Amino acid sequence: MKKLMLGNEAVARGVFEAGVTVVSSYPGTPSTEITENIAMYKEIFSEWAPNEKVALEVASGASIAGARAFCAMKHVGVNVAADPLFTMSYIGVNGGLVIAVADDPGMHSSQNEQDSRHYARAAKVMMLEPSDSQEAKDFTIRAFELSEQFDTPVFIRLSTRISHSQSLVTIGERTDYQLKDYVKDVNKNVMMPAMGRKKHIMVEERTKKQITYSETSDLNSMVIKDKKTGFISCGVAFQYASEILPDASFLKLGITYPLPVELIKKFADQVETIYVIEELEPIIEEHCRMNNIKVIGKDILPVTGEYSADLLRKAILNEKISYNELEDEILPVRPPVLCPGCPHRGLYYSMNRLKLVLTGDIGCYTLGALPPLNALDTCICMGGGISAAHGFEKARGKDFDRKVVGIVGDSTFTHSGITGLIDIVYNKGISTIIVADNSITGMTGHQNNPVNGFTIKGEPTQAVDLLKLAEAIGIKRVKVVDPFDMKKMTETIKEETNTDEPSLIISQRPCALLKTVKYKGIAKVDTEKCRGCKMCMKLGCPAITFNDGKAKINDALCVGCGMCISVCPFEAISKEGE
Amino acid sequence: MSLQSIMIVGVGGQGTLLTSRIIGNVAINQGYDVKMSEVHGMAQRGGSVVTFVKYGEKIYSPVIEKGSADIILAFEELEAARWLPYLKEDGLLILNTQKIDPMPVITGTMKYPEDLLLKIGEKVRNFITLDALVLAKEAGTIKAVNVVLIGVMARNSGISKEEWIKALEATVPAKFLEMNMKAFELGFNK
Repeated sequence: MKKLMLGNEAVARGVFEAGVTVVSSYPGTPSTEITENIAMYKEIFSEWAPNEKVALEVASGASIAGARAFCAMKHVGVNVAADPLFTMSYIGVNGGLVIAVADDPGMHSSQNEQDSRHYARAAKVMMLEPSDSQEAKDFTIRAFELSEQFDTPVFIRLSTRISHSQSLVTIGERTDYQLKDYVKDVNKNVMMPAMGRKKHIMVEERTKKQITYSETSDLNSMVIKDKKTGFISCGVAFQYASEILPDASFLKLGITYPLPVELIKKFADQVETIYVIEELEPIIEEHCRMNNIKVIGKDILPVTGEYSADLLRKAILNEKISYNELEDEILPVRPPVLCPGCPHRGLYYSMNRLKLVLTGDIGCYTLGALPPLNALDTCICMGGGISAAHGFEKARGKDFDRKVVGIVGDSTFTHSGITGLIDIVYNKGISTIIVADNSITGMTGHQNNPVNGFTIKGEPTQAVDLLKLAEAIGIKRVKVVDPFDMKKMTETIKEETNTDEPSLIISQRPCALLKTVKYKGIAKVDTEKCRGCKMCMKLGCPAITFNDGKAKINDALCVGCGMCISVCPFEAISKEGE
Repeated sequence: MSLQSIMIVGVGGQGTLLTSRIIGNVAINQGYDVKMSEVHGMAQRGGSVVTFVKYGEKIYSPVIEKGSADIILAFEELEAARWLPYLKEDGLLILNTQKIDPMPVITGTMKYPEDLLLKIGEKVRNFITLDALVLAKEAGTIKAVNVVLIGVMARNSGISKEEWIKALEATVPAKFLEMNMKAFELGFNK
């Protein structure tokens, strides 16, 4: 049976068919739907871990215990998981261990554009790279076999266009995978210097064996057609190249670490001009150059951004396609915005009156950095806003710190915010930290998390008590405030930033997109009363526009949260029917 | 048949994803190779969103290039103008005449372009405009704007109406089916 599947859905199907029983992940675009789809299989234990490091450690434990285990993350998630990753490369596996990593060329939804193949090389972990959904499923199953064959974790590398494209997949049956025996083996599973030294030698030998394997593996495919022009490619770039060079010879690399040598030489011997077409870093290209194989790559193609058939057509064929456009029209851009009814809006509006320095991080609330809220000063990484606020204080002193606030989301707080908060208390900081608690992991599309009290399968579980946690860390000043009560929020932030001890403000109201959140009616403007002061426009609500000197509310977008009603100084906005 | 490339463009939250899935299901039932590319994550938060559907004998890239879309289904006027360069010279543009101000217009740093329909009309030979919001309301929910537009597309697709209804039934949750069928008919008969 053939089914249209997202690349992510296909990886999930591969995990199911491979007989995996333990999955632990942390959501991150574009990888999230892999684990969401896995959660629908009742045969697999799946969970959202607080972060990627924990997720990989859980999967590692399960693998050592004898199960086939899996975790998925976005490219920057590997930074968090790098610690267990490098050592698991030494330890190897018992049951197969596969890590899916989704890169984001073009940064559709990320803070940087790092290329995960660097991690495969650095940690010496084999990496497979599918080019469509069918391969995403097939390669995932193969990855488990290779993991057990070579005694190593194996990466599946995806990119946004593979993860979030749908193509046809043939569905198979689930393998009845039997737990492998668990036998205590200190030399294999306890990495201390004496064991590590021996293991490192084994890892180097393993890589050599993998190179030999990749020379003849069917995961790499070579097709000789036109002997004048050929290309070496991987991932979605292979599809773009196939579209513009349908008659060219090609070498498609399904194994992108370690790379074959003889196979590439064999290809080069038969083809005159070779293009290396790979998104992001010139990893295959440098490998070719190192082996004295002449290729054309980043000399004509960019290291930055996403590729397309259009881009390759211009760079390689020097062809331009003609098309229609509105020549003299400057079209306003449409950046992503906080949704109508978003609780973060009330928080930022309250804060903006105080002219603060706000150190932030990754989540929907990062969108508060854009006009008209312009609220954020920094965004580095998950949890980074908390520790950066402490850094600001230590650099510029306590007086400056009265103007500094760090912000973190609920899911992000358990991901990597708690350690930063401990640092503030432990090292006598006085920073004020806000947890924007909207009861869900929002930006990645609504995943449950340790703070909201539900598991990945929607079952009720013990929720982290933020108040008790703060108390246990040693924070004496903790306030819970509704961000819709903007007056109280402003007062609270003012008060807390002016104290000489650390404080935590929990800005608590659920995400407006949650099904359980319903506001009554929608807002409307009384044009008689509206004086065009634009106070409501400062909220940056996409449902409020300004026409002919008056505010106007778009009734298709308004959710009836009422924030505009409370900021209007002339009582010109009210709920319809009230 | 030769390759068909369809783009669905709009603003995050308008239901463009469901639309592409229904079109994709129709194409599979015809026995074609199908690829679709979607937008998830940050861009969905009220940003400019585009999804691609391609079907034919063999599809490589899941992405549509400039000058190569057979049909663009535009949920919003400014987005139609933005993605216009992707339309083939003789391609069909189906446009829902709805305007949603983007943030630079809301904050007053830019103006929503004037007379967009007129200007697009000068460029595009095959051009259908309609107010799908009104028809969706008539069907019972403003959320069915996407299904109204699918109705319009179905009529111009060269694929039988029954096939579209079959795909709709397979994609839409049962409890919303009646409303969506009504929306589809309103679009189809437009």
